[in-house]
Amino acid sequence: MAEKGFKRSDGRKMDEIRKMNAKVGVVPNADGSAMFSFGDTIAIAAVYGPKKMHPQHLQNPEKGTLRYSYNMLSFSVTDRIRPGPSRRSQEISKISEWALEPVLMIEDFPNAVIDVHVNILQANASTRCAGINAAALALAHAGIPMKNMVASVSIGKLDKQLVVDVSKEEEDWEKGEGATDIPISFTSDGKITHIQLDGKIGTKQLKEAIGMAKKACAEIHELQKKVLKESIPEK
Amino acid sequence: MTERKVVIPGEVLAKGEEYLPGENTEKRNGEIVSIRFGLAEESNNLVKVIPLSGVYHPRKGNVVIGKVENLTFNGWVIDIDTTENAFLSLAEVPRYVNKNNLKEVLDMGDMVVAKIYDSNKKSIDLTLKGRGFGKIEEGMIMKINSNKVPRIIGKEGSMINLIKDETKCNITVGQNGIVWILGDKVEDELLAKKIVLFITEKSYINGLTEEVKKWIEKERKK
Repeated sequence: MAEKGFKRSDGRKMDEIRKMNAKVGVVPNADGSAMFSFGDTIAIAAVYGPKKMHPQHLQNPEKGTLRYSYNMLSFSVTDRIRPGPSRRSQEISKISEWALEPVLMIEDFPNAVIDVHVNILQANASTRCAGINAAALALAHAGIPMKNMVASVSIGKLDKQLVVDVSKEEEDWEKGEGATDIPISFTSDGKITHIQLDGKIGTKQLKEAIGMAKKACAEIHELQKKVLKESIPEK
Repeated sequence: MTERKVVIPGEVLAKGEEYLPGENTEKRNGEIVSIRFGLAEESNNLVKVIPLSGVYHPRKGNVVIGKVENLTFNGWVIDIDTTENAFLSLAEVPRYVNKNNLKEVLDMGDMVVAKIYDSNKKSIDLTLKGRGFGKIEEGMIMKINSNKVPRIIGKEGSMINLIKDETKCNITVGQNGIVWILGDKVEDELLAKKIVLFITEKSYINGLTEEVKKWIEKERKK
């Protein structure tokens, strides 16, 4: 599948995800919490609720609301980033919310809100994907009814080559056609809940990218399953 | 009873038309699928999932402990740690209440033991009719995860009776995870509180009652 003479900077195979690590119950105060990492990218998610929505005018009497907040900590990158909400973090929050909402069964919680707080401790590209993976784990851990789990991975197109799970170094690829980043989220039964595209790609290659993402997400889903099951000690 | 197994949302629990979906499960294309993280259990072809986490979900008949949040012209609004506040109507208080002075019976901030007599999507209604319900005058209040309440009570009340005997305290456990401890001495109340916290931490152990007995003995010797 690899183009001739193409090599990834960290020596990974084209469809190889960085070493993943996950854990649930990392925030004891929260109703549910999880940590998820892709190599150097670490995300922590905490879920609170369902609880009463405040302010009252935001309440929806028909169904519950999901409120996702994505935040990068100031020390998560080498150049300190200014703490607090930014244009970028607001956009990612909204996108991640839409990625998770289709699987949540929040019809039974009118006027309530489920708060998901995602913090990126350390960033090395694919932070939104790590955030979504952590959030899905935390939501399940919090006992929120869900149709399925969600897993997310980013596909990169470096020049003409497709790779799974881009790192920062690959994201800044400048040779040939440059780098294109495609974060995709899948439910565990293989439906897409979120896809973004930043760059240029042909339809044929996009289909190929989606296929690769589906395979990678299945791998992530296995890890999510394992972590959740192992969080309960055997009797 | 069959063996319990930890399941995650979206996991297929059983295949085939003979199975019926129970609590926290859903039927999808002839398969029973879990919709919550918890322990799956099957009996008489009914598959259900017992949740291990999550906020309290009110049910008819539950005994709960709550805090009076507001007074209205015909009753009290009570916070029982759910998304929707509960309502205690004047008619559900088994004593004479002066309509112009509801404060006499229950004031804002008072804690109350009550029973849910009706719960639907729109509202939760409470009643004080029955034994042991009413305002909490003294004692200690603590909050635990509502999913751990069955462990505190134990099989046919074995665990709660053990704590009561050991500490000489009167303990009321609300299904919403609020526990009221009332004893003669503060030391007794604190010991009871410690035991309850110990149980919530070790809730996965088999033969927990025996374990708790040993732990109390050790604690006494200190």
